[in-house]
Amino acid sequence: MKQFILTTLNGMTLAALYFLVASGFTLVFGLMRNVNLAHGALYLLGAYVGWSVAEATGYWLLGVAAGFAATAVLGLALQVLIFRRMEGQDLRQTMVTIGIAIVLADLMMWFWGGETYQFTAPEVIDGSVPLPLTPGWRYPTYRVALLVAAVGIGVGLWLFLNRTKVGMMIRAGVDDRAMLAASGVNVQRVFAVTFMVGAGLAGFAGVVGGTALSIAPGEDVRYLLASLIVVIVGGLGSISGAAIGALIIGLAEQYGLAYSPTYGAVYTFLILVAALALRPQGLMGRA
Amino acid sequence: MTIALNDPTLRTSAGTALHARIAKYAVFGLLLLAYPLIATDFWIVQIGAQALFMGTIALSLMWLGGYGGMVSLAQLTFAGVAGYMLAIFGTSNHPELSLGWPWWVALPLAIAIATAFATVTGMLAARTEGIYTIMITLAIAVAFSLFCRQNYDIFNGFSGFAGLRPPDLFGLDLRAPLPFYYLCLLFAACAYAGVVYVQRSTFGLALQAVRDNPRRMRAIGFNVYAHRVAAYAMSGLLAAMGGVLLVWFNGRISPDSIDAGPTINVLVMAVLGGMLHPIGPYVGALVFILLQNFAVDLIDPERFNLVIGIAFLTIVLASPDGLVGLWRRLVDRRPGADRG
Repeated sequence: MKQFILTTLNGMTLAALYFLVASGFTLVFGLMRNVNLAHGALYLLGAYVGWSVAEATGYWLLGVAAGFAATAVLGLALQVLIFRRMEGQDLRQTMVTIGIAIVLADLMMWFWGGETYQFTAPEVIDGSVPLPLTPGWRYPTYRVALLVAAVGIGVGLWLFLNRTKVGMMIRAGVDDRAMLAASGVNVQRVFAVTFMVGAGLAGFAGVVGGTALSIAPGEDVRYLLASLIVVIVGGLGSISGAAIGALIIGLAEQYGLAYSPTYGAVYTFLILVAALALRPQGLMGRA
Repeated sequence: MTIALNDPTLRTSAGTALHARIAKYAVFGLLLLAYPLIATDFWIVQIGAQALFMGTIALSLMWLGGYGGMVSLAQLTFAGVAGYMLAIFGTSNHPELSLGWPWWVALPLAIAIATAFATVTGMLAARTEGIYTIMITLAIAVAFSLFCRQNYDIFNGFSGFAGLRPPDLFGLDLRAPLPFYYLCLLFAACAYAGVVYVQRSTFGLALQAVRDNPRRMRAIGFNVYAHRVAAYAMSGLLAAMGGVLLVWFNGRISPDSIDAGPTINVLVMAVLGGMLHPIGPYVGALVFILLQNFAVDLIDPERFNLVIGIAFLTIVLASPDGLVGLWRRLVDRRPGADRG
């Protein structure tokens, strides 16, 4: 019973992390039809930058801010300098993001080397908290904080998309780009903001995920793949889909790891196949 | 049609074009056949043979992408399936896992299973379009690599199989540089001729029509889905041919050789060369392998990925149809150019 509850909690915190990474990915895709295969590289870049800043200043929160800012600025630059020039060429944009992922991965290897880095979380969220309604079981505070942060980001994104003017423009753009442009909105600016937020979320997730687990080369591919599967299962372009997809994949991965460790990774894939076979547009996707 | 065929002027011009094409193929073929006479063993095997079989794997992608409009990242996985099956049915350094069947059973079986695997992948991936296809095939590729890494009963997990070697044919050691080069050339020539032939067949033309306008083809009464799945099957066959040579070349197969990095490399080769013409992937593979071997001299060997990443980005940004497209535009711009 204890194992089941702890596995469920682990699955939920992993889902929280997956949601943070995948929400930016799905946001960018929903509006710009840009499958950013450099999203994993942005995740890792955010983690590295955040780690360096946190090490240099001694403030973890500064690291979080730096991770977000660095990838947000890079995302903005990519959108303005490259993707704007090839609007409507989905496949070519994807190819470009693959090239960027290769280059970024190698540059990061160059600067930060092949070692594994570990953040030290601030004391407030370090350690463990007692679980309610249990005979004295404890759970790492940081993971609880991660869960809370993900819910916070999710609510924040929902408010941003549903209650602000920019969010309204983004939603309108998802439905009909041409109509949005025709009604006098500067679509390019909306695109730039969206890409910035999406990339920034990847960097933010990098620092947060790097604190929960660790940072090492190869994590970029892992989180890219996780985001891909999460958004395919949940429905591309849908934030709520990303949340549901993340929950399914996170739980499946942890249950798999706990109850049949050998093929934990393969279950995720089976879910993907099932989702594709039964509902190709994803659980929350529109046909 | 009949009128056009009986028109004497048309017939002669078509005839000359055909002669020119045959002459081109003959010169090109002779050059490839004579290449080992002037090259050292390093250039024959490391550059020549490797470009030929990697080019064949990239050709399987060009076939799907160029004629079918489906960019798949699972091509190296198909090649890897063939390699693994060869290790499992044939002989390797793990006699307890390998069945040790003779090569003339193991080889066709490996290629057949890889083709079947590609067909099943196609049945899944053909349900999607464009960028979705890329994502799904990437997921399949990484999942297969992960599965092989975890499975010790059949795929021998992390370390995979080693000690794989081509058979001795009539006392000829196919591992020696010269025979291996000609073996690769034979496979590549078959794959290339196969693509050129099928692309002009009824099926190939229908596939290209499906690429250009699936809705119209569906309305006319073609089974779009079946054409796409069949294209995957053929790409699996091509990739398996390359994959067999790949494992014979390396002598080993492990999850590392088919995970995300090498998978992307195949795409890089196809895109570098261009998806316009079946020669593209071979050009791309050659350039890639030359860079791989000589980036050491240009820049720190550790930074090879940076070089190839920048080369890839440059091509994608500057010439979407790759080096072949670039070459074609140069030739077309030349005054009095003949595209024959």
